[in-house]
Amino acid sequence: MAEYHLSTPISEEQVRKLKIGDVLFVSGTVLSSRDAGHRRTLEYLNERKPLPVNFSGMALYHVGPVVKKEGDRWKIVSAGPTTSARLEMYEAEFIEKTGVRVIIGKGGMGSKTAEACKKFGAVYTIFTGGAGALAAKAVEEVEKVEWLDLGVPEALWVMRVKEFGPLTVVIDSEGENLYDKVKKQVEINLKKAYSIIGLRTES
Amino acid sequence: MISRDKLRDKIARMVSATAIYLREDVKEALVKAYDKEGSPVAKSVFKSIIDNVKVAEDEKRPLCQDTGTLVFYVKAGESFHLLGELASIIKEATIEATLFTPLRPNAVDVITGKNSGDNTGERIPWIEWEIVPDCDEAEITVMLKGGGSEGPSLAKTIPPGLGVKEALKMAIDTIFEAGAKPCPPVILGVGLGPTGDIAMSLAKKAIIRRIGKRNPRADVAELEDKLLQAVNALGWGPHGVGGCTTALDAHIEMAHRHPAALAVGIAVNCWALRTSALRVTKDRVEFLTHKSLNLEGE
Repeated sequence: MAEYHLSTPISEEQVRKLKIGDVLFVSGTVLSSRDAGHRRTLEYLNERKPLPVNFSGMALYHVGPVVKKEGDRWKIVSAGPTTSARLEMYEAEFIEKTGVRVIIGKGGMGSKTAEACKKFGAVYTIFTGGAGALAAKAVEEVEKVEWLDLGVPEALWVMRVKEFGPLTVVIDSEGENLYDKVKKQVEINLKKAYSIIGLRTES
Repeated sequence: MISRDKLRDKIARMVSATAIYLREDVKEALVKAYDKEGSPVAKSVFKSIIDNVKVAEDEKRPLCQDTGTLVFYVKAGESFHLLGELASIIKEATIEATLFTPLRPNAVDVITGKNSGDNTGERIPWIEWEIVPDCDEAEITVMLKGGGSEGPSLAKTIPPGLGVKEALKMAIDTIFEAGAKPCPPVILGVGLGPTGDIAMSLAKKAIIRRIGKRNPRADVAELEDKLLQAVNALGWGPHGVGGCTTALDAHIEMAHRHPAALAVGIAVNCWALRTSALRVTKDRVEFLTHKSLNLEGE
């Protein structure tokens, strides 16, 4: 396991050094996007409408933050990751068309995303589920928010972060998937678990 | 006499503290799991969980953005002086805590999908009642039940011939299938009884029990030890990155079953196990968990 500290914009060369199980801390710009945000981004790209932010080399965070407004400034109260599996249907196209380099979420993603990570040079990482307070602490400033018409959780939050992490690399740019590897081992371990409760299994 | 307003404020304080401060026994279990872990990836995940708990305490923020569903367990004496008003007091306290913490509003209309905005709604917060004869006190427990870990929870009735072993296998299979989804390390509750609803209710109560505390029946305590050992043998580890702690504990609660049916309830909770309790007498409110709240000004 290696530890990396990268600042956005992140280059393809930098991201291709990351391997599954590595730990990453990101500084710079993190952009939030959930279901509606992904849909709208792809819509804009397909209609050749200009996006309000440049995703290229940035980190994309699957999050619907809890926010509060103090005067005219937004503050992030809590910002733990949401389940990434819902975004599997959009992510490969998103990576291809935006040039985003680091995806942050929880729970893992599928083979289409892994394929896109390999082809275009990106990684999927997880931030600890539930750790919303820790995530919010790494946010130095909300630079701006776009698409608030989608609602607070779905809006596009542009956050300047410092040492945001630890992020565990779950899918790397070779398309390797840490969760698939762990799952293979867990499948082998299942028999041992059964034997502990006195269940015999046919081998 | 404790007034209605005072009790409402105290319950609101309890709900808020439950969202911010993780239970001491859970914190201790997480530190133990961190120490025990050999894999550097798993260690890094445990460290971020422990760091997060600390940040939440220091900055008085909810430790998870998911408020959960508010479930109250009320054990009230038949002559407790606020018994008749308790349901509405709890509802008002929920609204109050949502505003001042702040908590993410989490109560959604099942048909329209509309969020009520204050964590209350039809039958929510959910209250389970137990009325105690010949008593004028009340004990109120709250649980903030996370939504992600509710996914793998289930109840199923099996032929009793398959036995308790089958119930334990169901629990192992549930955690096996769930992987990273319920935010492990989990706390696993198993309820055994005559019907699905009874089994599930017991499974939920099993989750609340202090980590490390065993069922008073020695034969059941032994099953709990084995189940915990078996689930941890799976090796999912914290957030599914692989490691030796997939569950912090496994608890079993039972009711006598029907001769023809063994119902099994399996309740899964994420590492952010958020519960607390207070006791209220005629003239005093005492926090049974989160005891530092007792020192706050009247």
